[in-house]
Amino acid sequence: MDVASEKRLREDESLMQKNVLVTNIDKLLNWARGHSFWPVTFGLACCAIEMMATGGPRYDISRFGWEVFRASPRQADVMIVAGTCTRKMAPLLRRIYDQMPEPKWVIAMGSCANAGGPFVDSYSMLAGVDKVVPVDVYIPGCPPRPESLLYGLLQLQYKVSNPAKVRLMRNGK
Amino acid sequence: MAVENTQELLLNMGPQHPSMHGVFRMVVNLEGETVTKIDPKLGYLHRGLEKLAESRTYSQFIPYTDRLDYLASPHNNWAYVQTVEKLMGVEIPERAEYLRVIFGELARIASHQVMIASTALDIAGWTAWSYAFRDRERILDMYEMTAGSRLTVNIMRIGGISAEPPAEFWPALKAFLDDTPEMLEEYYGIFLGNEITQGRLKNIGILSKELAENLSITGPVLRASGVNYDVRKAAPYSIYDRFDFNVPVRTGCDSYDRTLIRMDEIVESIKIIKQAVRDIPEGPIMAKVPKVIKPPVGEVYHRVENPKGELGFYIVSDGTTKPSRVRIRPGTFINIQMLPIVALGWKIQDVVAIFATLDAVLGEVDK
Repeated sequence: MDVASEKRLREDESLMQKNVLVTNIDKLLNWARGHSFWPVTFGLACCAIEMMATGGPRYDISRFGWEVFRASPRQADVMIVAGTCTRKMAPLLRRIYDQMPEPKWVIAMGSCANAGGPFVDSYSMLAGVDKVVPVDVYIPGCPPRPESLLYGLLQLQYKVSNPAKVRLMRNGK
Repeated sequence: MAVENTQELLLNMGPQHPSMHGVFRMVVNLEGETVTKIDPKLGYLHRGLEKLAESRTYSQFIPYTDRLDYLASPHNNWAYVQTVEKLMGVEIPERAEYLRVIFGELARIASHQVMIASTALDIAGWTAWSYAFRDRERILDMYEMTAGSRLTVNIMRIGGISAEPPAEFWPALKAFLDDTPEMLEEYYGIFLGNEITQGRLKNIGILSKELAENLSITGPVLRASGVNYDVRKAAPYSIYDRFDFNVPVRTGCDSYDRTLIRMDEIVESIKIIKQAVRDIPEGPIMAKVPKVIKPPVGEVYHRVENPKGELGFYIVSDGTTKPSRVRIRPGTFINIQMLPIVALGWKIQDVVAIFATLDAVLGEVDK
């Protein structure tokens, strides 16, 4: 189907009235992925408490459909690296990332995971988890507030739902 | 028919495991489901805080202490700034002392709420977890309106406290204190009074009085084994000698009493805060300390009663603006020494419960 006819079909009012929506399979899958992330519990330090608070009653992450925190990386598709990653922990971080099935995304939560944070000049610190795994969204803060984590996850949702647009934005178009 | 010649199983728990409270790792030998040996592995969150302290000034190190036991960050600030004040011989204003007690005890309540919540979560009680986290948010609100931060509050300063609580702090505190008995009833009703919880925790993981004393265990874990020892009473620091409160002691020595004693401590903390709010005087909140902190040459050790155990700081000063050596004595690092001894012979799911009742925070254990 060419682009013009696809557009015509999508804007067809008579289909809309019959409760029929036309889309393509990629968009449908991305929509589903972005609205039901299953994060792997990767709480390392202080940020993990704020991650728990985000899942708690006040901030209630389940409003967005992301509340299914999985302990097993094999059942998850988002890794929220919440806290300080030391050099001793780095190989394990990579291993858990490798165990997650595709498609998968990584959120670096907090200054330590972003770039080492206040401990950056320590002998045992990994200065940013992006040295080990590819990071999609960086959330600054020490620790970030639960609202920040929700905003970061919304940014990731945008990225997942609009892969083409994000690619253009990254190239400065 | 009995199965013969079963093989011993080596199980790695952690460091990425939801019941390991961060990044604790233990290698467990299992005979069926029964634990025959536990080998704890530490250091996955070792951030080198003691070494970092040597390259920071005395004031710059205060925010780092927040990240030790991040569930009760005002307490860590308190222990550290009091140690420096002891070294410098600074007297701090009355109002600052009272505010420190109020924030310290609020932190104790928040920390114990997280302990109750995470113990519930570790034995698969999700609902109790959300109740305790709901109530904890109110304490975080009080931190936030005073210090501007929710978790790592960095509220204490050498010579006083960073900010005067705003006008809306006091009604919020009063409402919180009034609601707390009802909260505790709720926790008891949904979690500790529950038959399943009692079945999972009662008479599990017996830590005898002698063993607790020999392992120099401190804090609620020690007091649940029948030893009446609390730094606030044994060596009163700050203004704790002015308050009328009891040290809750339980003699069950098991996981259940270790959880229940946290509820008793919340009740005592409320008593202390109520007295502090009643007696708090007007006045300045910062003593006159120099902008550049330069303690005299010498060494000092000071300890406080952290919600999780005894927290001590040992500082050696060489007369410059940076400490020559800082040694931290974390409560939970010493408390988890009991795990390989006490958890032997129990089922693997009991080990998770025993570890939960120790209320270990890995930021403090690994430093």
